Amino acid sequence: MTVAIQVLVLVMVLALAPLFPGVVQRTKSLLTGRRGPPVLQLYADLAKLWRKGAVYSATTSLVFRLAPAIFAGTTLVAACLLPLDGGGAPLRFAGDVVAFAGLLALGRFALVLAALDTGSSFEGMGASREATFGSLVEPGLFLCFAALAIATSSTSLTTMLGRPLAAVWTAAAPALVLVAASLFVLTLAENGRVPVDDPATHLELTMIHEVMVLDHSGPDLALILYAGAVKLTVFGAMLVSLMIPRGGLGLIVSVAVLVAGLTAMAVAVGVVEAVMARLRLIRIPQFLVAASVLATFAIMLLLSA
Amino acid sequence: MTQIASSLLLLVVLADFVVLGTSRMSTCIRAIGVQGLLLAGLPVFLHAEWSVHMAGLALGTAAVKAVGLPWFLSWAIREANVRREVEPLVGFVPSLLIGAVMVAGSFAVAPTLPLPVQGGTLLVAVALSNVLTGLVVLTSRLKAVTQVVGYLMLENGIYVFGLTQTQRVPFLLELGVLLDVFVGVFIMGIVVFHINREFDSMSSSHLEELREP
Repeated sequence: MTVAIQVLVLVMVLALAPLFPGVVQRTKSLLTGRRGPPVLQLYADLAKLWRKGAVYSATTSLVFRLAPAIFAGTTLVAACLLPLDGGGAPLRFAGDVVAFAGLLALGRFALVLAALDTGSSFEGMGASREATFGSLVEPGLFLCFAALAIATSSTSLTTMLGRPLAAVWTAAAPALVLVAASLFVLTLAENGRVPVDDPATHLELTMIHEVMVLDHSGPDLALILYAGAVKLTVFGAMLVSLMIPRGGLGLIVSVAVLVAGLTAMAVAVGVVEAVMARLRLIRIPQFLVAASVLATFAIMLLLSA
Repeated sequence: MTQIASSLLLLVVLADFVVLGTSRMSTCIRAIGVQGLLLAGLPVFLHAEWSVHMAGLALGTAAVKAVGLPWFLSWAIREANVRREVEPLVGFVPSLLIGAVMVAGSFAVAPTLPLPVQGGTLLVAVALSNVLTGLVVLTSRLKAVTQVVGYLMLENGIYVFGLTQTQRVPFLLELGVLLDVFVGVFIMGIVVFHINREFDSMSSSHLEELREP
């Protein structure tokens, strides 16, 4: 029964996922004095792309065709590892944090390979940047997880983002705030948002994530766009679970809090996009190292407490 | 120790990281000003009971550390036409990492020190990490103004350490330290000003050369 409810919540959140990039876009547009596309634009885009056929370049191989499915699949499985209803995840086992990070890395690896497979120098550049920044995001992510693991003495996301957090908030709030700040920076970096990447630009020289998927079309592109939205939602759900422990709440309230929190997160990302410029490429590692330093500091606080 | 006090201490260390990681002189000075403000608020939240001495110390610290010194430093930059960029000998990412190692070291060492400490080992850890990161800034930045900032971070560390002993040591000593620093920075500021006027550079590496450039 509880598993059925957990799966139901998961399906609902996955259905809502394309909403959040729309909220980000709308916030950014309003703050910069424009109207912007409708909030539900991504649903329309996905429906349109899904009906179209895919075009494949003659130089590409099977790798290119498999990549979107692998990216979408790994992201969806990663979403299954999160305790979305505030109680437990549909999929959980000791050490599933490593699986979570590994799944995200596998998805990125598939996209990078597909970008290299096209043989285009622009896509190769994007792939190189994505791999570089991905390798800087990962230590930060693991340090955040390490801090949460120390705080809750568990290595399963269900426990790390679940009930025990409420007690940690009363005992060591500053450390958790640091972890949340670090996780927010990683959310921006991992989802190709300003100040690390700019999803709005289509100049090959300035973008990272978008350039890698230039050659994908039709249902392939739809899968990549949808998985990107799910990835943003997954990171948002982690942030919400971390900031608002929902252990004692009822199911309905808990899910309502999650959706409200995800919307707030999307608004926050939109505000960052509106008020900040994209960082120069050489400044980005510094930004990501700073996020890792924040998480390291949280670990130190938790260990010394 | 209250949650507010430990949050303040946390922000103090974060201000250190801002100084280590930024490339702008003005951000450096603003960070050190914010750190001064945090330190001024610290004794108020650290001890439950209120007193005139404590309020005086808090206000005095805020006036000197958060308003006086940052204003003086930015005045020196403006007057001396210093270029508004930090010139590090060690890059920003390495200095952030060195800073993280220093802070980790202080947090590891602090609980093992045999000190008659009141208010938890967090104070000692933050004091040590402030002193060490101040040392990093002092040694790894070229410009005289950034070295003053490093010196101030070092002094802030000593101030935090003094807070562990406030019940024993009279506030007079604290005020004395505050005055010392103020005079020290004042003199250094004037020196900075003159160096810039006479040699048209504030880089302390030029002080090592005996010949005229």
